[in-house]
Amino acid sequence: MPISREDDFEKRREHLKDLSDKELKERFWDLAEEIVDPLIDMAETHTSQSIERSVLLRMGFNSLDAKIIVKKVAEADLLGKGAGHVLLKLSKKENLEVKEAGLAIVDGKYNKDDLKKLFVGGEK
Amino acid sequence: MDLKPDERIDIEELLDGIEDYRPRRKGWTWRKKVEDKEIGDFTYKEMSEDLENSVPLPAARSFDEIDPQPEPVITTEIASGRFEDDIRRMRMAAWHGADHIMVIRTAGQSHMDGLIEGTPQGVGGIPITRKQIRVTRRALDLIEDEVGRPINFHSYVSGVAGPEIAVLFAEEGVNGAHQDPQYNVLYRDVNMYRSFVDAAVAKKLMASVDMLQIDGAHNANATARKAWNVMPELFVQHAINSMFSMKAGMPKDEIALSTVPPAAPPAPDLRINMPYAVALRELFEGFRFRAQQNTKYMESSVREATVTHTLNLLISELTSADLQSTITPDEGRNVPWHYYNVQAVDTAKQAFAGMDGLKELLELKDEGVLREDARELKERSVLFLEEIKEEGGYFKAVSEGYFVDSGRYPERNGDGIARKMDGGVAADSIVPRDDDYLAPVCEHFGYNNLPEDIDKPCDLIGGCTLHNPEKIDFVDELDEEDNVEERLKENKKYRKGNKLKPEVEWLGDGWVNTTLFLPTSQDVAEVAAQKIGEKMGLKNVEVIHREVMHPSEGTLIEMKGKVDFDIDIENLEIPEKEEPLPFDELRNFVDDNPMNVVAATVGEDEHSVGMREIIDIKHGGIEKYGFEVTYLGTSVPINKVVDAAVETNADVILISTIITHNDIHRKNMQKLHDLCVEKGIRDDVTLIGGGTQVTDDIAKEAGMDAGFGRGTHGDDVASFIVKKEKGELD
Repeated sequence: MPISREDDFEKRREHLKDLSDKELKERFWDLAEEIVDPLIDMAETHTSQSIERSVLLRMGFNSLDAKIIVKKVAEADLLGKGAGHVLLKLSKKENLEVKEAGLAIVDGKYNKDDLKKLFVGGEK
Repeated sequence: MDLKPDERIDIEELLDGIEDYRPRRKGWTWRKKVEDKEIGDFTYKEMSEDLENSVPLPAARSFDEIDPQPEPVITTEIASGRFEDDIRRMRMAAWHGADHIMVIRTAGQSHMDGLIEGTPQGVGGIPITRKQIRVTRRALDLIEDEVGRPINFHSYVSGVAGPEIAVLFAEEGVNGAHQDPQYNVLYRDVNMYRSFVDAAVAKKLMASVDMLQIDGAHNANATARKAWNVMPELFVQHAINSMFSMKAGMPKDEIALSTVPPAAPPAPDLRINMPYAVALRELFEGFRFRAQQNTKYMESSVREATVTHTLNLLISELTSADLQSTITPDEGRNVPWHYYNVQAVDTAKQAFAGMDGLKELLELKDEGVLREDARELKERSVLFLEEIKEEGGYFKAVSEGYFVDSGRYPERNGDGIARKMDGGVAADSIVPRDDDYLAPVCEHFGYNNLPEDIDKPCDLIGGCTLHNPEKIDFVDELDEEDNVEERLKENKKYRKGNKLKPEVEWLGDGWVNTTLFLPTSQDVAEVAAQKIGEKMGLKNVEVIHREVMHPSEGTLIEMKGKVDFDIDIENLEIPEKEEPLPFDELRNFVDDNPMNVVAATVGEDEHSVGMREIIDIKHGGIEKYGFEVTYLGTSVPINKVVDAAVETNADVILISTIITHNDIHRKNMQKLHDLCVEKGIRDDVTLIGGGTQVTDDIAKEAGMDAGFGRGTHGDDVASFIVKKEKGELD
């Protein structure tokens, strides 16, 4: 829970007070970077439904279709592969255009097991 | 489609073919500074290029209508819930000098899982959709051609659909956006992991089209009880978002810090806010600064808000501002009304014009409290960052309520906003990317297992919408009733017909504002005002401002109410307006043709104000053009006027008269004409009658050459005389 405490600035600043303005500024930015690094690392290595929908929008799907496709990809536990990746695989396997593959998912032509099978065998 | 200044913008035409409209440029545009710019009689130090069409400040009337445009981009925030009405407001704001139009989103959109489509009506903002953005961008493209300066269009990339909104904005030519994952976490209770993971993707997309980003730090001082205490934290919030943005691929000069002077009068505003503003600009050198105005201490007085905002502008002037944001001074009483947007823009424009060159006169002190306080704030913020690190990082610190605590860090009051790491909207919704994670599109942040033999990611799918916009799949209306077409049908008579109705937000909304003073206490005045409003025939009467002049002597009240009638323009008789001649033409003519004028207020009338305004050089009266004026005073009998005219060999007689119940004004004018005929001077003298209720027609019927009513200035009268002398009148 949030704590309360008196202003102990004078005590805490001991190690800062002799720094030049330039040194203080460097310290400020070094600390900011140290704090942000784990955040950006997490962003590098994770995705979300919104991110995957943003991929599908860029692939030319409208927001309504993107929402349904990503939901099905998530149900198949394949978000970590990338929704666009799922469509690429499906289009290759079924010999469809990528857009057709996506719309086929929207139409319910493939269930989550069908989608899961696309990634069986460790194939890229 | 072109805009014409004398025609209102055609919303139907804007909607026509919108499914195929493409933005003509992407990215942010700054104003172009002009060194030592000559405008009118003056040389300006901090002005940018002129506009082709604009409305200058009211006082520009006395300065040859100059309209100097300050160097910072000027922002106005517009969102009434109906984008089709906002477009008209944007055009008005652009004419007054706004070139950054920020559109607030409808309540609840940040928790919407996905995009909204169509054009539903919003609450406290606009549902941001592809169609709404596209029509607005199309309108702004026309408006920027009309005023002659690019207009930046802006909205929000936040909430749980940030990456999708970023794609939408990148595709549709939105030029700037708020993006700050901390805002989601602290104020929208979006799960913190989700918020940061999504933000990186959104930021990279924004950077791909050179969108300007504005952060959300300023919300801390709008939330904390004593806003000025959160200053050390503000630096921390700016730093986290800025560093995160750079690491996501944003260049420094496309990252703008949203900074608000935290204190406001009656606090010693500048004494508190200046060290903060200076320290911020030193720590964040190289970033952009978006100077926002204080909203935290806004009450319902538009006067008070305007003074606070002017002091905010002084801080911008003395430090720096790349963007000057404006807040409508009525935000403390209304969902902003459109004319207050215009007034707020004018406040910024006026203040910057007035302060132009100030830095040549003044400089900030290098020692003393300014430096000491700035240093202290920096140290406090470094201590804040140190403790975040010791605590175990950003997420841990948020969960421990470090942020938006009302204490002046390191003081803490235990009232910060604490969020659970595994809690909030969309908790547990991020997924690790597998080793074979693949996204076959461009400008995608993060790990992407792309094959090596391609030029760009979207080669895998034959192009993405960022490179092939024709692939964008446009969605039109989804709701048969809640859409722009239906709303346009409802108010068509006000857009295309002859009906006119007052408005403040939406076309034909009927709202009017009434100011009254009641000689009684505030409690009584409020209730009495309500009754008065009802008796005036107003509906939905609401007191929106009250101000005690004295506890018992009186109260100022402003109230709003709706009128439920409209006016038919066809039935109005609009007098034709003569444009006055330019100063030089008047002056030169009178120099070459000296003229004597006899002027008097006639009848039993002791009012001299109106006449003096027409004559006196200091009021811009006709003397300044070189007329020789003999003023006879008030309550002058007509025969005295004529005698004086004969004596001075006058070329013009000006009389001023009030309207009386027994038509004395007509009789006076008629008598003047008759007497001049009798004395044989009528053909040599121009007779002009004036007064608040006089019209040209009334005067002419009574034998005058011309009549002038309320709102007349010296140049109108001078122009008439000169035109008549030149024989240029019909």
